[in-house]
Amino acid sequence: MAYPKEVKERWQKTLQEVEEAGLYKDERYICSEQGVKITVEYPRGSKPMEVLNFCANNYLGLSSHPDVVKAAAQGLEDRGYGMSSVRFICGTQDIHNDLEKKMAQFLGKEDAILFASCFDANAAIFEVLFDENDVLINDRLIHASLIDGIRLCSAQRDSYKNADMKHLEKKLKMWKDRAQSMCIVTDGVFSMDGILAPLGEIADLADRYGAIVLVDDSHATGFIGKTGRGTPEHFGVMDRIDIITTTLGKALGGASGGVVAGPREVTEMLRNRGRPYLFSNSVPPPIINAATRVVELISDTTELRDKLEWNAKYFREKMEAAGFTLVPGETPIVPVMLGDAKLANDMARDLLQEGIYVIGFSHPVVPMGKARIRVQLSAAHDKEHIDQAVAAFIQVGKKLGVIGEKTKA
Amino acid sequence: MSDGLRDKIIEYIRDEYLEDESMELKSDTPLISSGIVDSFSMVSLKMYLEDEYGIKMSDDEASTQAFDTVNNIVALVKRKLSEG
Repeated sequence: MAYPKEVKERWQKTLQEVEEAGLYKDERYICSEQGVKITVEYPRGSKPMEVLNFCANNYLGLSSHPDVVKAAAQGLEDRGYGMSSVRFICGTQDIHNDLEKKMAQFLGKEDAILFASCFDANAAIFEVLFDENDVLINDRLIHASLIDGIRLCSAQRDSYKNADMKHLEKKLKMWKDRAQSMCIVTDGVFSMDGILAPLGEIADLADRYGAIVLVDDSHATGFIGKTGRGTPEHFGVMDRIDIITTTLGKALGGASGGVVAGPREVTEMLRNRGRPYLFSNSVPPPIINAATRVVELISDTTELRDKLEWNAKYFREKMEAAGFTLVPGETPIVPVMLGDAKLANDMARDLLQEGIYVIGFSHPVVPMGKARIRVQLSAAHDKEHIDQAVAAFIQVGKKLGVIGEKTKA
Repeated sequence: MSDGLRDKIIEYIRDEYLEDESMELKSDTPLISSGIVDSFSMVSLKMYLEDEYGIKMSDDEASTQAFDTVNNIVALVKRKLSEG
């Protein structure tokens, strides 16, 4: 084994710098299934404590839902644990094809294709569809996976200020006669702010300038829009968004897996040329079976997304009444703005002691001076859980001077 | 000419890239290495300079180093203009 001392020291130095900058990711051990009530061992080695989880992407509360767990177990029983193959050799079961059809139908697209993750989907798609004669124009707050995917592609790149339609139009005008095709790239819901991309206006601009629109709807599929079809449904533009990338790892059961839905040419190009697709194992049968059950569940009824919508509205109202500053919006991602990074971390620490599990986010994940606690609601939360969280926020908020003594919930 | 050129470039960068209008932008403020100008939209800065001043820059000339401060950009544009 050659592990040169200088290499080891270099990496140790980097880790030390990460730690000194306060950016070291300290993982907390959860000793229970994922859900509203979880058991957390933190700090490591301490006695695990039961807390309410307000930081999962478990928007519909399906991560440990009995029907979903049962479907996963059935998939394991009927079709085994793993495929030991990529899709095109011997890794495609009929259930993979069924789920792809169901996802295409759910998202209102001609076809869909599964990936090991949405990160893989976003890493695959640009390189396959675009070349140096094209231009990709992205919102400046898109997810890291889209940025990496764009980096892997030879197309020209440009960007516009977050959700700034005037700026986007300026870019479309500038590129119109300089590129063979233009693609606007955005998240449907920006996960740090919980705000929606203005897809109606984006679709209008795309029509006017002949651009393709690609939306990563990972923080929206299953619950944004009247029937949970995502941000395009919310804005009434499902038929005007060309390509959707999304995940099975959040609202749709929360295990893993990514999806691209769009025209058949897009999915076929990805099947034939998408490197993360061609060189990654198939999504395993238990996940496929469970995700299929999830799509059935949320296609039958809007009960879960309706409850989530109510929960988000209720939490926002209570927190605003208590005097907290929130990023205004309507999604179940609710940033509680604190400004100072240390304050955000201290508040998250103290909230955990009060039985509420949330995380503080600071620079470089969010802009300097805009540190926050990002609260994520779930359909699995009941009113009493939200009341408990608000009460803890008020108690800790007063202690740390975030809100005044006299404010009431 | 130099001050007019400098002011115009600063104004463009402010308008195009700065989210926070109160942020100070000086001639030697690092643009790319500090993240003010993201590498994805550097190309639009290049296109702006080419259109505005009727010059043409190769990809090698429009390097991240050449674009990293307003001073560097002014020097590059002046050199291209003098080359005719």
